[in-house]
Amino acid sequence: MSTHEGELATPFRDRAGRALQDGFLQQALTIATTRFIDLRREAFGEFPEGDALRDRARAIKEATLQRLDHYLERLVDNVERLGGHVHFATTPADARRIILDIAKRTGTRMAVKSKSMATEEIHLNEALEAAGVTPVETDLGEYIIQLAHERPSHIIAPAIHKTKGQVADLFAKELNRPNVPADPEALTAIARVELREKFLQADMGITGANFAVADTGTVVLVTNEGNGRMVTTLPRVHVAVMGVEKVVPSMTDLAVFLAILAKSATGQKLSVYTTLVRGPRKAGELEGPDEFHLVLLDDGRIDQIGGTLREALYCLRCGACLNVCPVYRSIGGHAYGHTYPGPIGILLTAMLNGSGSVRDLAHASSLCGACADACPVRIDIPRMLIELRKEVDEKKIAPAGERLVFALFAWLLRHPRLFRLAAPLARLGQRPFARGGRIQRLPLFFGEWTRTRDLPAVAPRTFSERWAELEREVRR
Amino acid sequence: MADRPVRAALMITCLGDMLFPEVGVSIVRLLRSLGVTVEFPAGQTCCGLPLFNSGYHDEARGIARRLVEIFKDAPYVVVPSGSCAWMVKHEVPGLLRETPLADEARRLADRTYELSQFLVRVLGRTTFTSRVRGRVTYHDSCHLLRGLHESTTPREILKSLDGVELVELPGHDECCGFGGSFSVRLPEVSSAILEKKLTNVEATGAACVVACDAGCLMQMAGGLARRKSSVRAVHLAELLDPQPPS
Repeated sequence: MSTHEGELATPFRDRAGRALQDGFLQQALTIATTRFIDLRREAFGEFPEGDALRDRARAIKEATLQRLDHYLERLVDNVERLGGHVHFATTPADARRIILDIAKRTGTRMAVKSKSMATEEIHLNEALEAAGVTPVETDLGEYIIQLAHERPSHIIAPAIHKTKGQVADLFAKELNRPNVPADPEALTAIARVELREKFLQADMGITGANFAVADTGTVVLVTNEGNGRMVTTLPRVHVAVMGVEKVVPSMTDLAVFLAILAKSATGQKLSVYTTLVRGPRKAGELEGPDEFHLVLLDDGRIDQIGGTLREALYCLRCGACLNVCPVYRSIGGHAYGHTYPGPIGILLTAMLNGSGSVRDLAHASSLCGACADACPVRIDIPRMLIELRKEVDEKKIAPAGERLVFALFAWLLRHPRLFRLAAPLARLGQRPFARGGRIQRLPLFFGEWTRTRDLPAVAPRTFSERWAELEREVRR
Repeated sequence: MADRPVRAALMITCLGDMLFPEVGVSIVRLLRSLGVTVEFPAGQTCCGLPLFNSGYHDEARGIARRLVEIFKDAPYVVVPSGSCAWMVKHEVPGLLRETPLADEARRLADRTYELSQFLVRVLGRTTFTSRVRGRVTYHDSCHLLRGLHESTTPREILKSLDGVELVELPGHDECCGFGGSFSVRLPEVSSAILEKKLTNVEATGAACVVACDAGCLMQMAGGLARRKSSVRAVHLAELLDPQPPS
């Protein structure tokens, strides 16, 4: 369900190719990801305890997963004790239905939203619109994306693919404003004015959750723009949508994650706002909603507690793996074609939609390992990409031709005498193409290499063929 | 450790054997000049990494089994590519877990070294000589850097060379875009990543970019030649070869 059918009709390789040709995208990606990489490096450079805290955070995630049912029950009890309501959604359709029911019962006509990948995952905005509820994204990046009728292309920087000039043009067109300058401050001021009245009009506030603390029933939002606070306090109803894996046992554990999350994401020591929500407004309190709902979303997660993608459930959604990934940096988020882009996105896509959905995406990685290095909880993403490739192969989802080629290759590698024949055969075959030890053009499949790169010709004599002579050098 | 005679087997690797035999020759001459007796066990083909990384693990297991048998008598195994060394050290034991060869696989993993690590960490050498002069830069191959956590031995070796100036490569720890079958499954993306790498390489003003992995060298040399660049991509061993190229 989190696929985007229109886009997915085009093969991944073509989607990636299109992204590579998009000059604006290339410019935006290079500037933004380079900046994120530098900021993250500086943040951890000044924070010698960072490495130990990352290990600690990973251990907490693992321990929590081992008793997820226990911590979820505890969370539910505490949220309910505070006067909140908790709903469990097995599928995205369940989650949409739960939220639409709340909207209908409370007479909601407009919902303001704080940035949330979980609501992207369940395609909530489309469902709200179809039910006559106007969703308004209030995170600046999400606001831009909503105006442009696009999807986020980065987990924490949804409009990362847009240059400031493009945003200025978009605001001029969609908001009917003349002379919008391509200046981030001016653009933010415009969005602020536009959004202010929506906050006051909205009946419902919808957020995700970065964490939920089982011990205290606290839902935690990590934001930078202050919009999250308004979404959770101004409207009558607050609905938070959260993947089940986001529960953490205690406030002490929460502190560990808060110490590394913003550093990994934006290089900040802490995000500007860390909002702790505990149920609806209580008697005597001045702000807060009348109703508070927490929607716990499964959508394939619980199956993976015992699955090959288990570690992906540690993910904090910081986006660090996207910023350092050479593939993401080259093609951006949209080309991946699913809600969650980048290296972790491939794993999450497989988790939500099955391994068949990542037949091509599982190979959209050079396995360089930069993602695992950057990950605050050290998720071994390359290892799981290999596992997905294995599944795609074993379930015979991989193309038959490819499986045959690899089977033949493996057979050849087990037969050294025949393997030795490969060199003379290749030398014969390459004769029409090799010039001065290099090959510039090859037909068929081999052209995939030679279109952009020379290939070294198979040597006149391989090392194996030279070994006898090298042995004689010693005896002399 | 360097004072007693050392015997080491060369694992030439499939790319090394067919496409870069001169690297193997340089390694043999270099190691011999350092007093190492070099062996070349017969029957070797490939470490199985291409199969493993593409998800063909049953097939890779068959290769791993052969590998363990072929190199079981070698006190040390020296590998010219960080990625193949990583395969032997990190994945072969896993593939052969719970098989009769499990212990032997572990032993092989412990005795296997990427070339620069073998030179510095096993032989204990700190200074080297080269016939080459001029400015060079070094590309950290992903598997050596993040797989084997090695960034110092190649740099130590390069810095010790008289007449060779090592300049750091901007984005030295970024992938060259090779990634095995990735390079032909998604050649456009692979080439885009390569272009950034080569732009950085050329900005250093180095005469050559040095790497310790045949995959990266194939990728970077292929791109440099296509650009008609004067920069050469060379294996560390080629700089250290005591004899002029034959």
